[in-house]
Amino acid sequence: MATEVETTPAPAGRGHRPRRPRSPGAGRRPRASRRTRFRRDRFLLLLGLPGLLVVLLFNYVPLFGNVIAFKDYQPYIGIWDSPWVGFSNFDVIFNGDPAFVNALTNTLVISFVQIVFVFPVPIALALLLNSMLSERLKRVAQSILYLPHFMSWVVVVAIFQHMLGNAGLLNNFLRSHDWATLPIFGNPDMFLTLITSQVIWKDAGWGTIIFLAALSRVDMELYEASAVDGASRMRQLWHVTLPSIRGVIVLLLILKLGDVLTVGFEQIILQRQQVGADASEVLDTYVYFNGVIGGNWGVSAAVGLIKGLVGVVLVLGANKVAHLLGERGVYSK
Amino acid sequence: MTDTIIRDDRRGGRAGRPRMVGGTPRPGLPIRGLKGIALLIACALVILPFLAVVSTSLADQQQVTEAGGYVLWPDRPNLDAYRAILSGGVVTRALLVSVGITLAGTALSLTCVTLLAYSLSRPGSYLQKPVLLTVLFTLFFTPGMIPMYLTVRQLGLIDSYWALILPTMVGAFQVIIMRAFFQEIPGELIDAARIDGANELQILTRIVLPLSKAVMAVIGLFNAVAYWNAFFNAVLYINDTEKWPLQLVLRTYVVDNAALGVDTADIAGTVMPPSQSLQMAILVISLVPIALVYPFLQRHFAKGMLIGAVKG
Repeated sequence: MATEVETTPAPAGRGHRPRRPRSPGAGRRPRASRRTRFRRDRFLLLLGLPGLLVVLLFNYVPLFGNVIAFKDYQPYIGIWDSPWVGFSNFDVIFNGDPAFVNALTNTLVISFVQIVFVFPVPIALALLLNSMLSERLKRVAQSILYLPHFMSWVVVVAIFQHMLGNAGLLNNFLRSHDWATLPIFGNPDMFLTLITSQVIWKDAGWGTIIFLAALSRVDMELYEASAVDGASRMRQLWHVTLPSIRGVIVLLLILKLGDVLTVGFEQIILQRQQVGADASEVLDTYVYFNGVIGGNWGVSAAVGLIKGLVGVVLVLGANKVAHLLGERGVYSK
Repeated sequence: MTDTIIRDDRRGGRAGRPRMVGGTPRPGLPIRGLKGIALLIACALVILPFLAVVSTSLADQQQVTEAGGYVLWPDRPNLDAYRAILSGGVVTRALLVSVGITLAGTALSLTCVTLLAYSLSRPGSYLQKPVLLTVLFTLFFTPGMIPMYLTVRQLGLIDSYWALILPTMVGAFQVIIMRAFFQEIPGELIDAARIDGANELQILTRIVLPLSKAVMAVIGLFNAVAYWNAFFNAVLYINDTEKWPLQLVLRTYVVDNAALGVDTADIAGTVMPPSQSLQMAILVISLVPIALVYPFLQRHFAKGMLIGAVKG
């Protein structure tokens, strides 16, 4: 290795970007140059190889598995030998199979309810934290509020169940005072409220980080100027603070809209049994129960494939909108 | 900015307290009181459930019965529940599985991500662009659950611990964050090392990695928490209950309330701890590793998340 470094011109660091040797007038690199560059960088390539292989194996190879969306896949025959069936697996989508429509409806309803009720909570919490005069109080509150983000969904659901379940802390308390109990768990009517409050409990605190960062960058002189003009705190909030973090809010909202087909999969699958599929089935759980459990591999793969494609279109579309509004998006142009 | 203004202001003393704080009119006492109460309620909603969980895990049968299931403060705290679930059996085994997967997964993941990021960070290196694009594209699509399951099965990884480690081992986002970090290291440093006769491996281990401890710690811990908390991969790929990680045991015994067959023979002379205490003890055990790294997580994750937000 050492000899190679000495004999070949080493790739210089940043600032001394080596230019490819190019013969004047020739658009294409000569063949030897490629070999030299390979020889020079082969150790670097070797270092990156394990990671790249894992990416290929678990992000690209599975894409080929999507062919079973067009096949009548039978596990004992194998992917290759299972017969082609054209688009018949997609019938559940285009003919509106009730179970599929139910899953799609639930997914969209849950997504939009969460955009309306979950999305604003971190903003409000960030404004509250930001307006705290005591720096120490703010920091203690942050440490507490960030904590649930690092719990697994199993833990969050377990805690909720033992606090609010029918045999949980709250209902035990109500029962011991001979008051009516609150059937929160196992109640399809409460399911949407329940999972929405779980999402708020788990992630609202953590979600404040990005807004707090945006708030810390608001120009103090704007507040001073508006105060000189006699603005009250409410008016400052409306005319200075919110416009200053509008960019971040719009960006996150757009990204959220790009993600409407995906709702808390682990969270819902943990609680699906208690309330039944009617109230809780979403696209991801539909794919799991119909495919992996039910054995309708082709149909599930078809639904998963369409969901994935629509998801990509939505994410790209959301980024496009973000760019149009002058924001950065997930990737830059 | 805000910080200094507020501090200066406070130093001014009570009599000289200005009407303005950081350019905003100081709110009146009722408003400040209301805000404090709102924040207190938010914090209590997070803290109280944890308090009840820990207290119940420590409480004895008598108190649990009197309270009707859960207690907010243990009168006679004891560790019977922990002794019961940690003396061999389902929970102990699952705990070992989870610890093993978390340690092995984090080590492998950190190694692969670091090496890939480094190999993509040297300017103008061979094949950098196609490899980088290959990694970047994965941010925009997921293969889907069914094809993923088929791939893992085809690889013969069903009921193998590798199925819990490999699929989530290399995250594109982490590679990009770390690559951005490596690119910040001044090229002059690396050139100087090379002139002194260091080879690529020496440059990596002696120059680049020591300068990147912070970002590696953040990404390593991120992976560790993700591996520890992972639940659904185990549902998909692990049928053998002997190989269950802790999160699955938690689901079965604490969420779904299956009866926990604890071997009481080993803890002779003690009364069997109440089932709520056992359940809450499992919950607490699953939280211990998170609690141990939380001070670090909280400090550095916020920073790491913002790096991601800015550089991504």
